Amino acid sequence: MIPRQVRVKKIFWETEDVFTLELVSEDYPMSEFYFRPGQFNMLYAFGVGEAAISISSDSAKKNSILHSIHKVGYVTNALSKLKKGDVIGIRGPFGKAWPLEEIKGYDICIMAGGIGLAPLRPSIYYILKHRKQYGKFTLLYGARSPRDMLYPVELEQWAKKHDIHIETIVDRADSMWRGQVGVVTELIDYAELDPERTRSMVCGPEIMMKYSIDELKKNGLNEDQIYLSLERNMKCALGFCGHCQYGPSFVCKEGPVFNFSKVKDIFEIREL
Amino acid sequence: MEDLSGVLRNHPFIKDLDENYLKQITGCASNVLYHENDIIFSEGDEAVQFYLIRTGKVALEINGREKGNVRILTMGPGQILGWSWIISPYKWHFEARALEDVRAIALDGECLRNKCEEDPKLGYEMLKRFSHILEQRLQSTRMQLLDVYKRG
Repeated sequence: MIPRQVRVKKIFWETEDVFTLELVSEDYPMSEFYFRPGQFNMLYAFGVGEAAISISSDSAKKNSILHSIHKVGYVTNALSKLKKGDVIGIRGPFGKAWPLEEIKGYDICIMAGGIGLAPLRPSIYYILKHRKQYGKFTLLYGARSPRDMLYPVELEQWAKKHDIHIETIVDRADSMWRGQVGVVTELIDYAELDPERTRSMVCGPEIMMKYSIDELKKNGLNEDQIYLSLERNMKCALGFCGHCQYGPSFVCKEGPVFNFSKVKDIFEIREL
Repeated sequence: MEDLSGVLRNHPFIKDLDENYLKQITGCASNVLYHENDIIFSEGDEAVQFYLIRTGKVALEINGREKGNVRILTMGPGQILGWSWIISPYKWHFEARALEDVRAIALDGECLRNKCEEDPKLGYEMLKRFSHILEQRLQSTRMQLLDVYKRG
């Protein structure tokens, strides 16, 4: 699959090490970039390499796509240096999306940690847009510190303008911070989950997901009521090369979103 | 208006506690109100009470000397503030500050310790409940130490 060229319309820094690229295409109608919440694209910094990056924009908006990117490696470092008007390659969208149709009618509890909010943001847009088709909607979000929180303005707007219960927490803060301090799992107490009616979507660092899933289970959710998005090093994104192999699955093709009951056995294996 | 035992019965910490024990605990309880920014207790003070938070949020802070006050944990409705009342030498290790107006039930530590000494079954029940909270706090602290969102 050959990358298509897209142009950087805007680049903005969300935190000290997370930036968002707004991408547009002059050669293709943007409808060709249609995606479902939870899917990812392979972004190609010419001469450097490709990286799998989740799409973080509203899937209903057709004029551009957004990718929030954690600057952690060679490729993402190159992407962070792009300027308005620069061109990159893009392949996608790839992967399995969040099961937003399947979970209609249920209460939704999203648990996100750090950059893990980015792949979930399209789902939040979707649920808010189809609000009546879902039950109680809760977002629990944890970050390292107040200045590491993604989309703080949007979080505030969602809480003010929409029927969504949002709780945020940071691992550490000074005494000027008026929000909560602790770990994201502590927020479950405030969610008042009805375990039978709840479906949960979890995304963040794997260790955060492990503890979050443990806590959701303690609160009565079954493994098949929990979905998570996994991150692996991807190359082809088509399920051929094997770079993202996760036990019997390829994360790029059968994931990145999995029902927890399908991956629970290998999720516990530390070496994977 | 709901009486103290009714308020206590509805607090998650007291949930499913034997009625007889509830009566004993109620004897050590009082309603308290703190306003935003009030210091509920300070590091080094005698831990004479602990609190069942009903409404509002409380921050626990540690004095990091040259680092200033470091906020290590916040707590809210349904949670317990303070366990130093149960462990000698009964001194607070942190400062607790009301982040907003806080309504809570204060339980007199010495009163409850005496009742626990007199009735080991009540004492064991209290210890079980506090051990659970300590385990949760320890687990949270470990997670914070893991620094799971650390920059690459």
